[in-house]
Order: sequence, then C-alpha cells, then structure tokens
Amino acid sequence: MAYYPQLVSLIILIPAIGAFINIFWGARLGEKWVGTVATVASALAFVIAVLLFVYLEGSGYEAVVINPPIFDGWIQIPAGEVVIPWQQRVDTLSSTMMLIITGIGTLIHVYSISYMHGDARFHRYFAYLNMFLAFMLVLVTANNFLMMFVGWEGVGLCSFLLIGFWFDKAHGVGWRNTMAANKAMLLNRIGDFGVVMSVLIMFWTFGTTDYFRPAEIVNVHLAEEAAHAAEAAHSEEGAVAAEGEAANKPGDVVLAQEGEGEGAAAEEAHGEEHSTPGVVYVNNDHIETDQLGVFGQAERFLDEGRVIDIGPVQLPFSTWLTIMTLFLVLGVTGKSAQIPLFTWLPDAMAGPTPASALIHAATMVTAGVYIMVRSNVLFYYAPVTSFVVAMIGALTALVAGFIAMGQWDIKRVLAYSTVSQLGFMVAAVGIGAYAAAIFHLVTHAFFKALLFLGSGSVIHAMEHGHHHAHSHGHGHDDEHHGDDHHDAHEEEFDPQDMRNMGGLRRKMPLTFITYLFGTLALAGIFPFAGFWSKDEILADSWVAGFDNNNLAGYIVFIILLMAAAFTAFYMWRQIVLVFFGKPRTEAAEHAPESSRLITIPLVILGFFSLGIGFMNTPSYVLGLDNIFGAHLFTDRLEYSVSKAHASEFNLLIALGATALAVAAMFLANNIYRRSAIIEARRDPLEMLPTTAPFWSLANARMYWDAFYSRVFARPFTRIAYFLSDVVDWRFLHDYFHDVVIWKGFNAAAQGLSKPVDLGVIDGAVNGVGRVFGWLSSQLRQIQTGYVRTYALSLLVGVVLVILVILLPLLQRG
Amino acid sequence: MENTGLSLVTVVLFLPLVGFSILLFIPDAQSRNIKYTALGTSLVTFALSLVMWANFDAANPALQMVQRWEWLPQYGIGYYVGIDGLNMIMVVLTTFIMSIGILSSFNAHVIQERGREKLYYLFMLLLQWAMIGVFVVQDLIIFYIFWEVTLVPMYFLVGIWGGEKRVYAAVKFFLYTMAGSILMLLALLYVGTQAGTFAVPEIIAGIQAGTISFPLDGLFSTQSILFLGFFIAFAIKVPIWPLHSWLPDAHVQAPTAGSVILAGVLLKMGSYGMIRFLLPMFPEASVAWAPIIALLAVIGIIYGAWVSFAQTDMKKLVAYSSVSHMGFIVLGIFAMTSIGIQGSIIQMVNHGISTGGLFLIVGMLYERRHTKDLAAFGGIWKAMPLLGAISLVVVLSSMGMPGLNGFIGEFTILLGSMGSTVLGIGFTVVAALGIILAAIYMLNFFQRIFMGELDKEENKNLPKLEWNEIAVLVPIVVLAIWIGLQPAPFMNPSDATVESLVAQVVPDTTTVAQLPEAGQGE
Repeated sequence: MAYYPQLVSLIILIPAIGAFINIFWGARLGEKWVGTVATVASALAFVIAVLLFVYLEGSGYEAVVINPPIFDGWIQIPAGEVVIPWQQRVDTLSSTMMLIITGIGTLIHVYSISYMHGDARFHRYFAYLNMFLAFMLVLVTANNFLMMFVGWEGVGLCSFLLIGFWFDKAHGVGWRNTMAANKAMLLNRIGDFGVVMSVLIMFWTFGTTDYFRPAEIVNVHLAEEAAHAAEAAHSEEGAVAAEGEAANKPGDVVLAQEGEGEGAAAEEAHGEEHSTPGVVYVNNDHIETDQLGVFGQAERFLDEGRVIDIGPVQLPFSTWLTIMTLFLVLGVTGKSAQIPLFTWLPDAMAGPTPASALIHAATMVTAGVYIMVRSNVLFYYAPVTSFVVAMIGALTALVAGFIAMGQWDIKRVLAYSTVSQLGFMVAAVGIGAYAAAIFHLVTHAFFKALLFLGSGSVIHAMEHGHHHAHSHGHGHDDEHHGDDHHDAHEEEFDPQDMRNMGGLRRKMPLTFITYLFGTLALAGIFPFAGFWSKDEILADSWVAGFDNNNLAGYIVFIILLMAAAFTAFYMWRQIVLVFFGKPRTEAAEHAPESSRLITIPLVILGFFSLGIGFMNTPSYVLGLDNIFGAHLFTDRLEYSVSKAHASEFNLLIALGATALAVAAMFLANNIYRRSAIIEARRDPLEMLPTTAPFWSLANARMYWDAFYSRVFARPFTRIAYFLSDVVDWRFLHDYFHDVVIWKGFNAAAQGLSKPVDLGVIDGAVNGVGRVFGWLSSQLRQIQTGYVRTYALSLLVGVVLVILVILLPLLQRG
Repeated sequence: MENTGLSLVTVVLFLPLVGFSILLFIPDAQSRNIKYTALGTSLVTFALSLVMWANFDAANPALQMVQRWEWLPQYGIGYYVGIDGLNMIMVVLTTFIMSIGILSSFNAHVIQERGREKLYYLFMLLLQWAMIGVFVVQDLIIFYIFWEVTLVPMYFLVGIWGGEKRVYAAVKFFLYTMAGSILMLLALLYVGTQAGTFAVPEIIAGIQAGTISFPLDGLFSTQSILFLGFFIAFAIKVPIWPLHSWLPDAHVQAPTAGSVILAGVLLKMGSYGMIRFLLPMFPEASVAWAPIIALLAVIGIIYGAWVSFAQTDMKKLVAYSSVSHMGFIVLGIFAMTSIGIQGSIIQMVNHGISTGGLFLIVGMLYERRHTKDLAAFGGIWKAMPLLGAISLVVVLSSMGMPGLNGFIGEFTILLGSMGSTVLGIGFTVVAALGIILAAIYMLNFFQRIFMGELDKEENKNLPKLEWNEIAVLVPIVVLAIWIGLQPAPFMNPSDATVESLVAQVVPDTTTVAQLPEAGQGE
C-alpha cells in the first residue's frame, strides 16, 4: 500500500515507451499495431490515473510526493546549494489533470486510428501523441517549477511537431503548416522567457523551486479543521490545543496521539516524511522556513515583511513576488494563448484535427491556467499581478469571442472559442476564483474536445463527400485519403469552410447530436457542463466585485457576460451553417456519417459534456446537491489549492446569463437561417450597414497578426539584416579587419623584420625546425606564392617575437 | 601517482603523439590503415581519458595526477601537468570531439579531392595533442607553447582542406589569434618573472598568501594591464563580441571536422583560460572588469543570435550561433559565483556537443548537395527521416530545450548570473532574451532545411546516412539527452574546485564595495 502512489512514475513512463516503440519500430509494425500500442499506452496511463484518484479518495486527499526511481536527482550544485530534483506530486489538483489528460487522451487516440488511417506518417503521429501525453503528465505531476518547465516545453515541442505534421504538403500548404508550427513555437518561447525569469527569481528568493516539501501540509486550514473534528470526537483524550484559536498561532504545534515528546518530534521532523510515527501535525509551524517549499515560504516571508537581495538588488519580498508572478503570467499568455501572445493558437489548427482537440483545446493550452492555480498562494498575495491577470483574461475572452463571430473556417471558430474560454479561466484566476478556473478547465476539456472531434468528423465527411462527388467523373482513387487529405483539391475546395457545408444534420445524425451537446455546453445552457462552470466564474466575479469591492471583479463580470453572449452567438451560427439548412455543395450532399471509432468517442464526450458539471453543483440548487452533493469538486481541490473556495450560487446571475445566451442563440438562428446570402458566400452581418464594419474587423481577426508582423516581425528581420550585412560584415568583418588588424599587423611585422635581414629569417626557419619548412612546402605545392609569403612571415614572426622576448630573459636569469 | 613513473595525464597527453609517430611510417597509399590508426589513437585516448575520469576524486579541489619534470629550474619553468575540476571534463570533451571529428572525416569528399589524407590525419593528431596540452599544463610557458601549437595544424586544416576562400580564412584565423597571444605572452612573462616561477598553482598560492601581488588602483594599473593581456587573447579565442569576426570565416571555410573541433574544443580554450588563469591570478581585476566583460558577453548573446538569423549560409548561421552561446559561457564565468562558473563549464561541454553536432549535420548535407546555402534545401526531413529526427534533437539542444543538455548549461548560467553580487539582474534579463532569439534562428535553420515541401529534384534522392555518419551522431544525441536528464555526473567533478576557486576570487559577497581598496596591500 505504501508504494501505491509510486505508480505516478509509470504514468509518464508508459506513454514514453509507447512513443519510443512507435518512433523506432512503428514503420515496420503497421497501422494496426501502431494504433494499438499507442492507445494501450494511453489507456494504461488512464488506468493509473484512476488508481491514483482512488488512492487519494482513500487516503483523505493527502498529497504524496514521489521520487521516481533512477531519475531522482536533476540539477544539483552542492557548492551553490542548488538542488532541483525530479520529483512528482500526487494531489487532488494533479490527479484531476491526470484524469483529464489520459481520459480524453485515450478517446482521442481511438478516434485518431480512424481519422489518420492511410497517412504516410501514421506511426509518427501516434508517437508524437504518446510523447505529448508523457510530457503533459510531467508538467502536471512535477513537484517543482523547473521540472514543470520540462513538461511545459515538451508539450510545446509536441505541439510544434503536430502543427507542422503535414509540413510537406504541396501548393505551399506545407510551408504554411511549417510557419504555423514555427509561430506557435516562437510565441511560446517568448512566454518561456517569462517562465525562466520567474523561476530564476523564485530560486533566489526561496532557494528552491519546489512547490511543497514532502513534509508540508498544503492546506493548514483544512488540516486544523480535521484535527479539531477528530479531537471533538475523542474529547475525553483532550490532549492539546484549545478549540478556538488554532488558526494562526505558532504555539499549538502538534497533536500527539501516542503521547510522544512533542518538542523533540517537532525538532526532528522537518524535512522528513510526513508520516513520522505517532505524530500528526496540523500545520507547518514546526518546519524551518528554508525547509518549506515556495508557497510555504512565501506566506512566511509576507508575515515577516522580509527584504530580499538578489545580486545587488534589494527589494521587499512583496515586490519580488509581484515581479516573479508577472513573469510567470507572460509564460501563461504564451502557453494558454492569451493577449498579447494568443495569435499562434488559431494558426495551430493546421495540425491534424484530433491533435488540435487534445493539445490545442483540451489539455496543453490549459497548462497556463493549471500553473497559475498551482501557484495560487503566490497570486493570492500579489494583487497587482492578479489584476493584470484578470484584465488579460477578460479582454482575451472578449476579443477572441468577437473574432470567432467573423470566421468561416469551422476549426478556426473553435480555435478562437478556445482562446476565449481560456480567457474565462484566466480571468477567474485573476479574481481569485481558483476552483472555478479549474472547474471550467475540466468541463471545457470535455466539450471543446467534443467540438473539435465533431468538427474533425465533419471535415472528414466533407472530404469523403468531395471525393465521392468527384470520383465518378475522374475515376479518382478511392483509397487515396488520410495522408494527402485535400492535397489535390486544395485550390478549389476547402472542406473546413462552413460555407461549403449545410444540412449535415441529416447526413451525420450522431455527429450532429453530439455537436449540439458540445455547443449547448459551451454556450452555458442548463444543465450542460458549461452552465455550471461558467456560472461559477460569473458568480465569483460578482462576489469579488460587488461584495468585496474588487475593481477587477466588476470589470471581469461585465466583460465575461458579453463574451458569454458572443460565445452563444458564434456557436449557434456554426450549428446553423454546418448542420441546418440544405447542403450547399456536392461534398456536403455526399457527406457520410463517420465510422464507429470516431462516433463512439463523440458519444462518450457528449455524455460528459452533459453530466460532468454535476460534480460541482453549488449548494441549494433545485435540490441537486442532495443528489450530487454540493461543490464536491471544490472541496476536493481545496486540499491542494489552499486559496480555493466554493462559490455561492446566485440564481439571478444564472438566469440572467442563460437568458442572454439563449437570446444570442435566437439571434444567430434568425440571422443565419437566411440561406440565400450564405450561398452567395457572404455573411448576413456583412450586408447590414450597421454591422458590416464590425464583421469585417472580426473577419480580419482585428488585424492582430498584421500588426505583429508590421511592428515586430518585419523590423526584427530588417535589423537582423542590417546587423548582419552592415555592422558585422561590412564594418567589423571587412573594414575593421582590413584596416585595423591586417594593416596594423603588417606594419608591426615590417617594423620587426626590417632590422633582421633575410639570411637570419632563413636561418631561424631552419633553426627552429624543419617542421615548419616541411609544412610550408606542403602548402606551397597547392597554394600560390602569396599564401606562402603570409604563412611564412607569420610563423617566422611568431618565432622571432618569442626569441626577442625570451633571450634577454634567459640572459638575465 | 608517486610509485609509477607516468601520470595518467601525461599518458593521455602524449598518446596522440604516439599515434602521430606511427602514422608517419604508414605509406601514403594505405588509406585504410591511415584512417584506422588515427581513429584508433583517438579512441584509445578517449578511453584513457575516461579512465582518468574514473580515477578522479571529485571531492578534492586540488590538482590531481600531477606530474612535474624540471626543465629550466633557474627560471621556474618546467613540465607541470595535472587535472582538477576545471580541466578534467575539458580533456574528456577534447578526446571525445576528436574521435568524432576523425570518424566523421572518413568519407569526406574534400579529402578525396585534394588528397594528402595522411597529412590530414597527422594534423588532427597534432591538434589533439596540443589541445590536451593546453588544458592540462600548469606552467605558463608550456601553456603558451601549446596554445600556439594548436594554431599550426588548424591553420593548415583550414588552409589546405577548406572551402574556396580557405587561405584568407586561415590567415585571418592565425592573425587574430596571434595578435592576442602576443599580448598574453608579454603578460605571462611579466607575471612569471615577478613571481619567480611559471608554475600556475604556485603563483596562485603566492597571490593568496600575499607574497606576490599586482597592484590594482584603477582600471589601468599593473594588474589590470596584465589581466587585459591575458583577457584579450582569451577573448579573441572565445570569441567575445566584437572580436569575433574571424570566426565566421574560419567556420565557413574549414572542413567539417575542422569546424567541429573549432567549435567543440578550440573556442573553449579561451573560456577555460579565463577560469584557470584570469580569475585566480588577477582576482581584483577580474571583479573590477566583470561588469564590462559581462556587458560584452550579453551583447554577444543578442548580437550573435540576431545576426545568425539573417544568414543564408548554414555554416555561418551556426558560427554566429556560437558567438551567442559562448557569450553565455563568458557571462557565467564573470558572474563569479560557483553556480555561474559550473554552468559555464557544463555549457562548454554542451556547446561542444550541440554545435559540434550542428556542424556535423551541415557537413553531411554539404557532402550530399555541395552547397551550404539554406535555400537549396527544404523538406529534407522527408528525404532523410533519420537525419531529420537527429537534427531536431540537436537543434533543440542548441536552443536550450529543457530535458536536453543545452538547457542545463544556460539555466545554470542564468541562475549564477542572477545571484552574482558583481553583476546586476539586468544582465540576466537580457541574456535570457537570448533564449527567445535562439529559438528564432535555430527554428529558421531547421525549418528551411528540413520542413516545407520537398520540391527540389536534387533533394529527392539524397543518399542515406553512412555507418560512420550514424556512429558520430548517435553519441551526440545520447549525450544531449543524458546530460539533459542527469547532469549531476558531469557537473559534480567540477564542484569542489569551483567552490574553492570562487572562495579565492570573491572571498565574501561584499567585494564590490571594497573594490577600490582591494589592490593596495602591495
């Protein structure tokens, strides 16, 4: 039993092995085995995630820290007191993430077997997918920021590989994919700069990057409550600790169950495993400050009002805290696609759709939210950063939601929707609603994965339909799909353009129903998952703003309400364009329902999109809490996110937001049912003079990309060429070299050699050794006399200089 | 090592010369024998350097496996070799890179074209000897001799088997290094005569004890001038911006193995020299100059990366990336913290591995296409999947991807520079921006060669990798991952030595404030 949580090492190892097998032997294994290996690896990881979940349930949600075998130490510099281990953490937060990653991951593996069928690099796709799982699990199970960063960059790499998966497509599409992959990597790198800076400052502030040390109690409040409950139950023993004042007094350290010497135990225990026999600690007061992890130390430093030197810079801890969290936020804006670095995510849709679903919707992009919630203690005490985070999140939610309304590409709409929803989560973190952020992360993972997979199903069907429609005329090879999906018809036909769709409701009923579920969940319609999580964020921002008078709360509440309306609008627009009306092309006319490997994951995800919200029903809602329990998810999360709190249900907000969403959907329905305009490949909003400028702005993606290209990319390139050609080459390389060094040396050499006649030079050459003569003769045979002169004069010059300097020295001694 | 006559260090040092002598007697025509003798020599040297590592006591900060023979005792000049935490790993790096370099030359087109195969391998072994000598020797004069000797084989390797402008590049390489070396020679003669010995450990002990001192009462007093004499020689070698303009020429014109060795080992002689000589011999001047040098280093990081992005010649791109990477190393050294210096040492190894790997990859592409122009490629990943995958790992390693070796070095250097009391946090921030730029130029390199459509006819049927090409790339990839995941075995050997070195240079953290008074105790 004690080694049970050690399984967490395997959860990384198994997908890694899967990736390894497929990379090296995949080409020989064949599609069937490749798919099986990868899916089984993913499924096993899921089983482990479930086992760890069960373990946590059984152990009272107590976090476990694991040193994986073999990889125990990482960066260790004893002289500099640097100890950064490979260390994993199983707690309620990482367990939640593990379940999402492996669960949705496994469904996407299954789906991909069908979706990627026939691709020339089938095995590599699955290797990347497995590799992604491994890195993502490193990210969420790490117990320190630097190890987290390994996962953080690793998933970035897999994302790069999968976005650029079809790098070799014809007609410039391959290059476009490559550039999309690059853009993702680069913008993420800008974010990584922030993460690195944050971790560096963290190290010099705390001397560690560990989240928590193994012995630490994460949520002291809960531990104390539990202890008091236990104490009340055994009140006859009544050993220690008066009831009322447990909270923050350093005195009441230990609850000694077996009556051990408390003081001695407290002395010895720091740094040790939590389960020192017989002693149960209810807080961390017995641990020295430098033995605590980052978060524990932060709280102490704030209490002490400590001033910290980093190099020659001396600032109060709270300032360092603000700086380090702001840098971390830069990383978050990269990975979680927030303003200002969000522009990579819509382009990232160049990758295979299931990969987009897993990486660019459900899991990787939420890493930023995860790490902020993981660092909730830091953000909680950094009000400036929190305000910035709230603004970034809210603004991103609004901007991306707005842009999504003007897009035609089915995946692009979803991509902007993802950016927008990530904005909701980030904003939630900004107003301190950590539990709500993770709750929304979880529900969003399900319904956005569902929507992406659904769109994949649609795209796949459109391609089939297109092939079907054309195969009669051209005798097109029907085997030819998968890899070169739309190679041949790229120019004239875009299977992702919603204008080409329509009426798919009848062609693909299962896809339609599940897509509808996803849409309703995303729009936040009761009782779908999104309703609960979005409502929680709105309710929390209401509380933050109107009850606690936090400026960010007001702003977030109002902006997110608008963004929620946008969400409902663009999703219903999509539903209408894709599924309702009549098929607008032959491809849509002939689109078949997808295979079972595709529809079964859709159904499963659809089920969760409907039901997963009930795991965190607020209390006192229609008696639902009697069935599902009240905010179970939040209660569980509090064991690892100490600043999380359950939000109060606000019927008015829930009704208002739902009404707004429904209204937006009705509006979209009315607008986009006018099929004539859409058949003309125009948007009805484009036709109305009042909405036209807005629509164009949204359609042009608010010129973010153009702006970046003009303000950053082009000047960067121009400066690069200026530095390279003018500064480095013409000035430093040619002018400086020719005029200063070359001529100077020649003059010096002349000056040195003039007093010595040629005979002496020859003598010196012979005298120093035939080696040089022989070497130069080797050269002489190939090179011109010009070289010989230089080579010789140089060598001789050296020898002479040495002699000139050495001789008097030798004489003197 | 008292009972035996020869120290292992001496054996490792002179093995290449033994191979050199054997090679002299092999007839020119026996190509196979020549190649395998050279390879055998380098591999045995590598193996023995590993034995040396195994026998190395990491807990001991002092010189180990010392060997001293008197030569000119009246001047305090003698053969004096030994290894400690600073040079042990550099010797292993040298022997490793040399084995790679020699093996990678086996089917080099340029050697077949220009002939003189034997001479080529003779130069390689001579170079190896001289480079190991630079690292292990503890006597200033002998050090200087080895330092100069490395120039000769490299000069001819570039001059004979180089590219079109090989002569220009070779002469320039020679000139630049010479210019610096002469200054160093003058400085070291002064130091040696003042100290009465050229044995570095004794000079340092004298400085520590106060029996030898070079006054420092301004930026241009005796110690500063001596410091600069050494520094400029090392700075040219590293090269530190703006003294780097020989590097692109030398790299572009050198044959593949030459570039690999140049980047892998020769540049490190400069940074190694800084740690070995500058810091302990001129501690006050080092501290005083540290911010200026760190500034140059940081400029080099950004400048090298930025210029690298604009290159269309693969080798030039990698050469400028070296300027950027070496900037990190110099920054770590002049952070004057044990973290920074250890980061620099491991980064020297990492840079040897990743940049060596990049040059190998470029060389392999060059062998196949006879061009170094980025525009000639595209989609090569599809034509050569294995090379594509390996290149990706090497590129990522060079970019500083966590989990690979480059990250360990860069992160440790940044960590050390941030905690430095002589530098400020600003250096770290700007240097860290280099990791963004690194991604820009490295991805540009990777995508233009390996990604995109495989649209050029000539690229469609590129020959697969030869056995020796795989054999040189695999160890590089393995080491990149190994050091990335478990750097401790590679970093621990330098721990004790660096700690004692830093204690000598920066006795306590308030050095900066005391600087003006520091040199006055003559």
